[in-house]
Amino acid sequence: MTETTIHPGLIIAGVLAGLLTIAPGLIWLERRLLALWQDRYGPNRAGPFGVLVVLADTLKLFFKEDWIPPFADRPVFVIAPAIVAITVLMSFVIIPFAPGFIVTDFNIGILFFLAMSSMGAYSIILGGWASNNKYALLGAMRGAAQLISYEVFMGLSLMGVVLLTGSFRLQAIIEAQRDMWFVVPQFLGFVTFLIAGIAETHRLPFDIPEAESELIAGFHSEYSGMKFGLFFVGEYLGIMLISSLVVCLFFGGWLGPDFLPPIVWFIIKMFAFIFLFILLRASLPRPRYDQLMEFGWKILLPVTLLNLLVTAAIVLYQSGAEMNIKF
Amino acid sequence: MEDLNPPELLQLKFGEDAVSKQVAQDNIVTLWVPSVKIAEVLRYLKSEISKPYLLLYDITAIDERARKREMGYPSDQFTVVYHIYSFARNSFLRIKTALSEDKLSLPSITSLWMNASWYEREVFDMFGILFEGHPNLRRILMPLTWQGHPLRKEHPARATEMGPFQLFDEKVDREQSVLKFNPEEWGLQTQSEDSDFMFLNIGPQHPGTHGVLRIILQLDGEDIVDAVPDIGFHHRGAEKMAERQSWHTYIPYTDRVDYLGGVNNNLAYLLAVEKLAGIHVPQRAQVIRVMMCEFFRIASHLVWYGTFAQDVGQLSPVFYMFTDREKIFDVVEAVCGGRMHPNWFRIGGVAQDLPNGWQTLVKNFIEYFPKKLREYDKMVMQNSLFKARTEGIGIFTKKEAIEWGATGANLRACGLEWDLRKKQPYSGYENFQFDVPIGKNGDCYDRAAVRVEEMRQSLRIIEQCLKNMPEGPYKSDHPQATPPIKKHTMKDIETLITHFLNVSWGPVIPPGEAMSCTEATKGANSYYAISDGNTSPYRMRIRTPSFAHMQMISYISKGYTVADLLSILGAMDYVLADIDR
Repeated sequence: MTETTIHPGLIIAGVLAGLLTIAPGLIWLERRLLALWQDRYGPNRAGPFGVLVVLADTLKLFFKEDWIPPFADRPVFVIAPAIVAITVLMSFVIIPFAPGFIVTDFNIGILFFLAMSSMGAYSIILGGWASNNKYALLGAMRGAAQLISYEVFMGLSLMGVVLLTGSFRLQAIIEAQRDMWFVVPQFLGFVTFLIAGIAETHRLPFDIPEAESELIAGFHSEYSGMKFGLFFVGEYLGIMLISSLVVCLFFGGWLGPDFLPPIVWFIIKMFAFIFLFILLRASLPRPRYDQLMEFGWKILLPVTLLNLLVTAAIVLYQSGAEMNIKF
Repeated sequence: MEDLNPPELLQLKFGEDAVSKQVAQDNIVTLWVPSVKIAEVLRYLKSEISKPYLLLYDITAIDERARKREMGYPSDQFTVVYHIYSFARNSFLRIKTALSEDKLSLPSITSLWMNASWYEREVFDMFGILFEGHPNLRRILMPLTWQGHPLRKEHPARATEMGPFQLFDEKVDREQSVLKFNPEEWGLQTQSEDSDFMFLNIGPQHPGTHGVLRIILQLDGEDIVDAVPDIGFHHRGAEKMAERQSWHTYIPYTDRVDYLGGVNNNLAYLLAVEKLAGIHVPQRAQVIRVMMCEFFRIASHLVWYGTFAQDVGQLSPVFYMFTDREKIFDVVEAVCGGRMHPNWFRIGGVAQDLPNGWQTLVKNFIEYFPKKLREYDKMVMQNSLFKARTEGIGIFTKKEAIEWGATGANLRACGLEWDLRKKQPYSGYENFQFDVPIGKNGDCYDRAAVRVEEMRQSLRIIEQCLKNMPEGPYKSDHPQATPPIKKHTMKDIETLITHFLNVSWGPVIPPGEAMSCTEATKGANSYYAISDGNTSPYRMRIRTPSFAHMQMISYISKGYTVADLLSILGAMDYVLADIDR
């Protein structure tokens, strides 16, 4: 496949426009799908299949009073929702949607993503802390603990793929999957990354920072209007980001039979995972906070380490064989 | 000693004159005891006799000052009534004591029974009777700023007697400052040796409390050190309203006490009234009543099932279960015309005969529902995350449950097979075959498992109703049955007069007192009706299961986390209106 050159500005505009259209669209999609699985209608009045409900929601959020609680820490309160949107959007610069259709082809692509997702944790902590509300504080504490623990093996779970390709560049990783998707040799890596990804986006069953029945809305209890909207959109952007990464790292990115253009393949795969995210929300209960920590540290971390160890051994053995080194 | 009954036992212990008997219409042994001896007598009955009375079922009071008195009635100002129950004897005992207006105080029995605390607070709140030695005798249902004691006869019963309601700023501030939680008042520490505690105010508006309930948590991190439930936000004075309604027009108010239990409330109320009036309900009416009660039991359990799953974070089951509940309401609507509040039972029977084609509706549901229950077992009960959130959480033992007055599924989950439908059958439950499911560990999961199995048993009962529905009248022809059957009215003048009177001012229920004990959807529900031979009750006491269960919260949630509290609340299956009445 030849690399086409498109003006980078166009790519940025295209990606941004795409993301910011799809993310609110996902809200509609999620509500419709949940409704489908829960035997109800969901939003079906505004526009065809109710898609315009997104527009109505956005307008409503824009016109709501931009209220900051008098007891809140103003500057931090305002910055927190911006952080989540910015870090997630920044992460998208490393995602190749099609050959050449990428904002910046960093050679440290994956590391950049990990750095950005660590930054994203700040939005929860700062937002919860600045709200000066006990529920928000509890949510923020939970969120901080959860994100930090799950980040540990989120990074580690990707290293198997990096070992196999020898590169942090996502384009290189996708190219390396021409013969076989990495989901086969790196199945454990895929499972752990997906779980960590759900935890990173704090979606059910990992939504304990905002556990509705316990903490009302957790860290964003005090947010309203467009600031709340940013948290909301940030969450959906996060889903898209994790889905795109799973596709790039384990499911061959844009690769697919020639009858469809690469970008279409990418989008199909990405949406498959978005559906999975929503289906999880429709079906699973929420574990307790300490159970979640235990699951992370006692099960997922050893599994990830084991996966990394075995992968490294195999890679070492194969490279040794190539170089005729006798073990 | 062993075969002696409480009156003889007490006379032996405390002397001949200490105890006097009263005849009640419900065959519950009723004894009068002097107020100075009340604590001793109860202690004796709880801990010293064989086959002791272990369960403190209810404490309430009666303002006797306006009563049309019968000869020889020992109290003319205030009476405090204790209901206790012995599991070994399978019988209730009613202990009464008379108080005079100038000395409205009694020794507290909180050291004897844990659950006496809230009951004594309620009596204090409603009547102003003091309990000496109570650790925290303050209002429980009424706002702390309330003037007067509502269930006293001089307290107004209608808004129109109280002048227009105003809520000016100053009053708002005053009310809110009273609601501010002050840990010292409850004897709670604000810090321990190594950490400061956080006080988290859950409710009155909170998505996890299913109603206007407030729980104040003392937290160390996310661990609950103590929990203080604050109730009364849903208080509507159902007991006071009874004193202004006719015996007949009070039925719709009962619907709204346990608002998920529908006709179960009607039944509990009517059983007491029918005992007072000596009305025998015809067989067909009894079976119809049982069938509708079991339908409502399933409906109530379905709401609990779905919302419980939602409390632990599972979003979907509640939608499926509400859909199934709609199917029950289809039947209920066809039979009663109403849905949640059908207001359909009447004194002496039910409002109407079953509609044509009811068999098909009931049969369809019986065929449809078991499949869904199996589906829910897989979806909820066998889900490992659900188990992780409920197994080993909120454990209480059989002994603790009895001590706190827990009844219904919460008691059975501890392994005690105690169901009033079996133990003291009413409305013909003795004619039905069904099992009483019990649990083993007394944790949240067992409570859920017991309720799920109860739905299957209810379905069995409904099936038996369907197959064996007797023919005959749907309402008694007793003159107090309301409204009286009309067909006789055109034949003789006596019936016409009774009919006219019963319809215009309502039936006159003969003087006396009677308590009904029914197994409602959430536990043991009782109406203790006192009549002085008038068209409306003189006093109506409603003993609800949720009140007793909610009192346990502080005891059973200690040491668990905030997330567990939601499991505990969810598994408890309470309804706010059932707590506050």
